[in-house]
Amino acid sequence: MNLHEYQGKELLASYGVAIQKGEVASTVEEAVAAYKKIQERTNSDFAIVKAQIHAGGRGKGGGVKVAKNLDDLKLHASNILGMMLKTPQTPGGLDGEGKLVRKVLIAEDSYVPTFDSCSEFYVSVLMDRERKQNVIIYSTEGGMNIEEVAEETPHLVHKEYIDPHLGLQGFQARKVAFNLGLTGKAFKEMTKFISNLYKAFVGSDASLFEINPCMKSGNDDIIAVDCKVTLDDNALFRHPELAEQRDVTEEDPTEVEAKSFGLNFVNLDGNVGCMVNGAGLAMATMDIIKLSGGSPANFLDVGGTADAARVEQAFRIILRDENVKAILINIFGGIVRCDRVAQGVVDAYKNIGNISVPIIVRLQGTNADIAKTIIDESGLEVHSAILLQEAADKVKQVIA
Amino acid sequence: MSVLVNKDSKIIVQGFTGKEGSFHAGQMIEYGTNIVGGVTPGKGGQDHLGKPVFNSVQESVIKVGADTSIIFVPPRFAADAIMEAAEAGIKVIICITEGIPVQDMVKVKAYIEKFDCRLVGPNCPGVMTPDEAKVGIMPGFIHRKGRIGIVSRSGTLTYEAVDQVTKAGMGQSTCIGIGGDPIVGTTTKDAVELLMNDPDTDGIIMIGEIGGSMEANAARWIKEHGTKPVVGFIAGQTAPKGRTMGHAGAIIGGSEDTAEAKMKIMAECGIHVVNSPAEIGITMKNALNA
Repeated sequence: MNLHEYQGKELLASYGVAIQKGEVASTVEEAVAAYKKIQERTNSDFAIVKAQIHAGGRGKGGGVKVAKNLDDLKLHASNILGMMLKTPQTPGGLDGEGKLVRKVLIAEDSYVPTFDSCSEFYVSVLMDRERKQNVIIYSTEGGMNIEEVAEETPHLVHKEYIDPHLGLQGFQARKVAFNLGLTGKAFKEMTKFISNLYKAFVGSDASLFEINPCMKSGNDDIIAVDCKVTLDDNALFRHPELAEQRDVTEEDPTEVEAKSFGLNFVNLDGNVGCMVNGAGLAMATMDIIKLSGGSPANFLDVGGTADAARVEQAFRIILRDENVKAILINIFGGIVRCDRVAQGVVDAYKNIGNISVPIIVRLQGTNADIAKTIIDESGLEVHSAILLQEAADKVKQVIA
Repeated sequence: MSVLVNKDSKIIVQGFTGKEGSFHAGQMIEYGTNIVGGVTPGKGGQDHLGKPVFNSVQESVIKVGADTSIIFVPPRFAADAIMEAAEAGIKVIICITEGIPVQDMVKVKAYIEKFDCRLVGPNCPGVMTPDEAKVGIMPGFIHRKGRIGIVSRSGTLTYEAVDQVTKAGMGQSTCIGIGGDPIVGTTTKDAVELLMNDPDTDGIIMIGEIGGSMEANAARWIKEHGTKPVVGFIAGQTAPKGRTMGHAGAIIGGSEDTAEAKMKIMAECGIHVVNSPAEIGITMKNALNA
């Protein structure tokens, strides 16, 4: 689960990590109120208006603007709120349709007072799969795309691995600060920043923290100017207060709906829908659709207890996609009984009525023979297959 | 012979009296697996499915000599269950549970290192040695005793491979479901190594998926140490970048963990890579006859 920037900053602040302060707003009026509060606190007319969507590169699409005064702020807030923001990370990229901006963060301009003596760093925390331990990745090249930095100047990207038994040690936090070239107060502040950041990472069961940029001000304060926070869905039971912050409007509505029925669904842009049990077989089924000359319209894992009701829901969701020219159902019955799935297919057909796209059903495993009888005796226009290769060949036929 | 589990394994079920544990323990017993009891804290002393229930793993080790455990404990308690098994002296720990927090597994992995044990999973279908021991949730009837070893990150895709092997007239020595999570106890390379050293395995099928570098590491090991034909498939050739495809570990992060990159490395290391998941069985057969 992803957090918005403003939510991520709240989380960091609750662990004592210094952040660029701000207030979230959904309307221009709220934005103005937020601006006035900030103005009072900072004695500065400058503030930043930042679109709150789950995607990086917001500045590139015009989603981050500096306001020099109240008129400026009103203008930017009204432009950004409600805009379809396109960034390299929104669906379809800069040429796509973008994402609707529902909220903006009105933030202090942390740079203004000491602009010439600020510097920007990159800091992230994540779990390294290879080593099976957490790692802090950091660089003096803040504000940049870290993948490019790693590609072009790998010596500027440092890694600090954390012992799973002991957690982050003091010398490690100091090493980070040293390697970033800091001295005096800034050195101490960075040590504190890194220690608290790691505490927040572990404390919230996060899977990614990315602070880019992490700023050193002219006053030698260390501040998280932006943050990307991804939490481990499997650990949300430990953090109900964070789970509540899920913003479903940022997610694909079909995927959210599918989830409520216990279906694991990912929308893709192909022409052959599929319904499969198990994630690995679902991916393999997508691959076989591609090899048959089609292109998968979705990933859909119906899970370990695929009953008639779930199969019907899955059907309805797949059929909503107008690009779907055929549907391949591929079930390998282990715990799932094929006869139940077959009954689900038949019931769904009757309940939905008028399904015009060809359906290929391949049921294999537990009670596959009973399932085939159910399908055959139903009188439905479905192509049934036993072997995976047969199913692939039938997909090829119907979309040809 | 076989690897990890056989007819002499003394197996206990952790989470024995729960819904999942009960159902699958029943299926395993029916298959003829040597289940010697189960563990449910607080229910020790009772009988369940005709087997004794113990309060702790340690009690089962002392009283019935358990050496293998299969875990069906819910995600929030599963890390604890794995560590309990390791500490009690269980040698093979097979964790079926899906949805364990990643940070729990970081701790588990570090903790169990000091014990002489092997963890398989979590989020896996288990381990199967046909006609000897079914220690998992796989359908028993699709398997046939034979000489092909199978390693896989997925459940149903493993069954697909098993079925193809059986239908091609071969059978399986041991099938190892290593699991679909970002951190698993036994890696692809570990499982391949076990099967490579097993005198009763003639060929190995290695099924991977997008995300991580386990398949590339296994391929490099095979290039160096391989003595048997290996057939490989990577699921997720059509998966988009940055989206989790069901399994927590199945997500493309960089350019190295795509299906394409993995298949390229595997082919370079001498593995018979198949593009289509429908050709796993036949490719194994041809590789053996070559």
